[in-house]
Amino acid sequence: MIRTDKHLIACFVFAAAATATGLLVENAYYLQVMIFIGINTLLALSLNMLMGYAGQISLGHAAFYGIGAYTTAILSTTYNISPWLALPAAVFTAMAIAYFVGRPTLRLTGYYLAMGTLGFGIIVNIIFREWRSVTGGASGFVGIPPLEIGSFAFDTDRRYFFLVWGVVLFFFIICRRIIDSRVGRALRAIHDGEHAAAAVGVDTAKMKLKIFVLSAAMASLAGFLYAHQIFFISPGTFSFLASIRIVTMVVIGGMASIWGSLLGASLLTLLPEWLHAFADYEMMIYGLVLMLVMIFLPQGLTRGILDIYENSRKKNDK
Amino acid sequence: MKYRNDSGINDNRAEKRVLPFTDNRQPDNIYPMLRIRNLKCFYGQIMAVKGITLSVKEGEIIALIGANGSGKSTLMASVSGLLPTWTGEILFEGKNLKGMDPPAVVKSGISLVPEGRLIFPPMSVYDNLVLGAYTRLRKKAREDVQQAMETVTALFPILKERFSQPAGTLSGGEQQMLAIGRSLMARPRLLLLDEPSMGLAPLVVEKIMDVLELLRSQGLTILLVEQNARAALTIADRGYVFETGSVVLEGSADELLADTNVKRAYLGKDYEEFDDENR
Repeated sequence: MIRTDKHLIACFVFAAAATATGLLVENAYYLQVMIFIGINTLLALSLNMLMGYAGQISLGHAAFYGIGAYTTAILSTTYNISPWLALPAAVFTAMAIAYFVGRPTLRLTGYYLAMGTLGFGIIVNIIFREWRSVTGGASGFVGIPPLEIGSFAFDTDRRYFFLVWGVVLFFFIICRRIIDSRVGRALRAIHDGEHAAAAVGVDTAKMKLKIFVLSAAMASLAGFLYAHQIFFISPGTFSFLASIRIVTMVVIGGMASIWGSLLGASLLTLLPEWLHAFADYEMMIYGLVLMLVMIFLPQGLTRGILDIYENSRKKNDK
Repeated sequence: MKYRNDSGINDNRAEKRVLPFTDNRQPDNIYPMLRIRNLKCFYGQIMAVKGITLSVKEGEIIALIGANGSGKSTLMASVSGLLPTWTGEILFEGKNLKGMDPPAVVKSGISLVPEGRLIFPPMSVYDNLVLGAYTRLRKKAREDVQQAMETVTALFPILKERFSQPAGTLSGGEQQMLAIGRSLMARPRLLLLDEPSMGLAPLVVEKIMDVLELLRSQGLTILLVEQNARAALTIADRGYVFETGSVVLEGSADELLADTNVKRAYLGKDYEEFDDENR
């Protein structure tokens, strides 16, 4: 109970901070970067539910991100359907695919699950690339319409900023509620020991499938937001490397931590932007930063920062 | 009334060596709570349990003893639904458990305290206990679960003191108590324990055994797998001795404790001592 209250307060603070940022920041470039942070946070959060809490690794998560983006692109551009109708279609498609892929795949564990999901991600990416008549192939899909409600269009960066972060905040609350519930405990139990979880009566297969489907739904929503933000998508955005980036966000930010998704997504979105100045050395420094975080804060940024804070407070008390 | 044999299959207990006066303290007309007949368990091609027949009557403590690899844990896994690849018959309160998954078995009233405790280390003691009531929480039986929580903490007051502590920080004995407490949260009628004494100091083992006796006096039926044959047989009513997937001996706990073969093989008495006693 106390934890939930704390989380609510944190959510309020976060919402206030996000609102202030959205209103005060004038620089279009920063707004855009923050929109991407929001989309990436949603992606990282979706994978964190699956990987951080339930302990099921997925190396093909970008596939669901892509399925969300491509479904809405095809429906709203090729078939001129309102994006608001394309949204449930995109989410439902991702959920259905997750269900049918997850049923056999989630029987695997550890490395084998990683390989299975990796294969799935690669297959989906090849479909995006090769099904030219529908997806536009490797050159990408252009002309995706902006989102609008009546005459109100989310066509400025500021408006889109509020849309994205509103969605992120909504899922912060939803995910926290799931985690603090009976289902959340079951997920953590599966993470700690599938055998033991089954012994206390958790239907592990069903539970893993449920969280996989939820995770896919969130990732496809992120894909939807992405497509209607930049109006152009190409298979490269949803490749194997993108899947790895999502995994990295979760691990760097902190497994089994909602705020970790935010920190991880922020760092991995901002780092390349900051490092542009280093030109040729950019990727080397990028890799070095990730290595240092893992060496010195092996539990991820969230836990690491909390530990540093608690240690310094203890020292001050003495 | 004669021993009921409603499946038409001959009870193959007659083929085994049965000690005299076995099973006579309870009248035969009590229909066993758990009845296992001709159970064969498979890991792929390997048959780990080779046709075991045993019964547990309501209110009994039954000990299964035997060396490593004799099939005791495999039998437990089969009863609790964790191992689906078995043939034969497992009847619990007259209901066949074939094809039931672990959640269904827990719901039907059987809880397993797994080998090696298998608590959830990073989660708090409280969360571990609440997870034990997982199958019951769905029915919105919060008060019921609260009551179970009180029963468990009355049994193990130490757990209440450690409520918010991660379970992984408990001592071995406390973890075992937590594992037992967790399985009691499901309010089972039959408790399966797989090596509860594993890696524990003798004094702690004694305490655990006391708790099991107490639970039995409160009406719980217990099936206990143990390497620590002496501790198990001391509290048990009857016992079965396993060897390479078969039951080689069964009898009342006192008889088994006194049996020369059991003494030699499982109670750690050497030949000399054993000869002395028989002189």
